[in-house]
Amino acid sequence: MVRLMASAPTQAQTDRARPRATRPDIPVVEFRDVTKVYDGGSVGLERATLKIGRGEFVFLVGPTGCGKSTCIRLLMKELEPSKGEIDIAGKTLGRIPRSRVPYLRRNIGTVFQDYKLLPNRTVYDNVAYSLQVIGETRQEIRRKVPDILRMVGLSTKLHSLPDELSGGEQQRVSIARAFVNHPPLLLADEPTGNLDPETSIGIMQLIYRINRTGTTVIVATHDKEMVDKMRRRVVELREGRIVRDEQSGLYRPDESTTEFAIRLRGELGVGVEGHPN
Amino acid sequence: MRFSFFLREALRGLRRSSAPALAALLTVVITALVLGVFIPIVQATTGTANEVRNRVVVDVYLTDTATEADRTEVQRSLEGTPGVKSVDYISKDEALRELGHKVNDAQDKIELLGTNPLPSLFRVTPEDPDELKAIVAQIAPGGNPRLEAIDEVQNRESDTGKILSATGLVKGLGAVMAGLLVLASIALVANTIRLSVFARRREIEVMKLVGATNWFIRWPFVIEGVIVGFMGGVLSVLLLALAKTTVVDPLSDRFELLAAPDTIDFPVLIVLLLFACVAVSAIGSGITLRRFLRV
Ligand SMILES: Nc1ncnc2c1ncn2[C@@H]1O[C@H](COP(=O)(O)OP(=O)(O)OP(=O)(O)O)[C@@H](O)[C@H]1O
Ligand SMILES: [Mg+2]
Repeated sequence: MVRLMASAPTQAQTDRARPRATRPDIPVVEFRDVTKVYDGGSVGLERATLKIGRGEFVFLVGPTGCGKSTCIRLLMKELEPSKGEIDIAGKTLGRIPRSRVPYLRRNIGTVFQDYKLLPNRTVYDNVAYSLQVIGETRQEIRRKVPDILRMVGLSTKLHSLPDELSGGEQQRVSIARAFVNHPPLLLADEPTGNLDPETSIGIMQLIYRINRTGTTVIVATHDKEMVDKMRRRVVELREGRIVRDEQSGLYRPDESTTEFAIRLRGELGVGVEGHPN
Repeated sequence: MRFSFFLREALRGLRRSSAPALAALLTVVITALVLGVFIPIVQATTGTANEVRNRVVVDVYLTDTATEADRTEVQRSLEGTPGVKSVDYISKDEALRELGHKVNDAQDKIELLGTNPLPSLFRVTPEDPDELKAIVAQIAPGGNPRLEAIDEVQNRESDTGKILSATGLVKGLGAVMAGLLVLASIALVANTIRLSVFARRREIEVMKLVGATNWFIRWPFVIEGVIVGFMGGVLSVLLLALAKTTVVDPLSDRFELLAAPDTIDFPVLIVLLLFACVAVSAIGSGITLRRFLRV
């Protein structure tokens, strides 16, 4: 808990687990003119170019179907781009052979709207599994799992099964699992999508704390309030295109206008930095 | 550490999805039982067919004027012919005695003649019944014996042909049925396993998500397959042994087929069945996983 809050010395400690992505000049994530067209012909992403540096916190926003999940899945190499290239920590995903994909994923923590926990396994076992995958010894697992579960505030629920937990608690487990290896990159696809506002704040604080340890975080979200409150970098997508990329932005482009005006502008197609679509 | 981890995962999997595991176990037991009954039957049938085939022989008759030296020469020549398994000499007297078994009062009739008209002969048994014609052609190319002391070569052509085709059919049918049965068993077991894997595809998806390699996911399933296969095999072997001691053994005194000499030994059958159960079940689990491991 304390370890995550503190800064410089502990950061060096977590760096041990991420040999790459430590050079500040290489972006952690780079999209170069990436297009993804699905088999059915629908466009998931169109000519997206984007750089995300080490330690950044980025929101991916936009209306439903704009390509947020597509971005996340491309980064996990669950999908291959139709055109263009994606680099993670200077490594081009297209050149990673299928058999190495598991090793890529060990360096990427993931959090999803539907938690994706292993049913029938306790909270402890769910988190332990991602350590067992990388071949950690049992002593290490016994040391690390309670630690990380304490950090997410679940030390009393170690032996509960996922379906005995609330949505917020399940999401905490999935965050603990994503972070227990201290990956250099954390991807979250609508992590608060199923949660009420209050619970959402707790989840977002947790993700922010992870970001503070130096982990690069990308969050795809619909949660306007959250984006507006956090004031981090915002990348807005519309029909697969990047239409806005602002440091410390808001969910909607112009903060000085009222809600009504924002919506009106959006409908007129003027609010989006020279990319009216 | 690794193996014990996989073993624990396998046991957890069996406990958690005990219904599909039980279904797989039952499938293994039933197919192994069917195979365990069917294999000896097929074997007994082909064994009998083989025995019949082994009765296919060539009789090489010697001339009455053949001397002792001629006889030795013929024997040596016959034994040197490729494809010949054995050569038996049957003297005039022995031929008469053999005839006596088949024809009533042959002895009396011969006595009327005053001398024994039966020629002495060599009975040639081929290595492979289907090679009979080739052997005859070697001894007597175009029907003319190569050695003067040979009077005639007889292979009772039509009988031989019938025996060969009938037994060939029996053996072929047995082999085809056994093959089909084995294929059906594999398909059945594989299908049951697929259902149990399918029920856990979400779990596999999550494992891939956190960076598990395919083999890391696969090993527990393969071990599960080994356990299910082994338990199914043991169960079916126990049932077979029970059936053998209570039903088959008491009857085998009376029915020749059941006691056919060529039938597989029970211990060999057990080992074979156990091995097949474990292999099919384990490989089946490993292979059916493949579809879910993409992504
Ligand atoms: N597996 C798929 N096959 C075909 N088309 C797809 C597939 N997945 C997504 N799409 C299409 O790609 C586009 C982008 O989808 P994506 O899931 O990235 O949107 P999103 O921004 O995550 O939306 P939401 O906010 O609703 O989650 C949509 O038009 C969608 O219909
Ligand atoms: Mg989505």
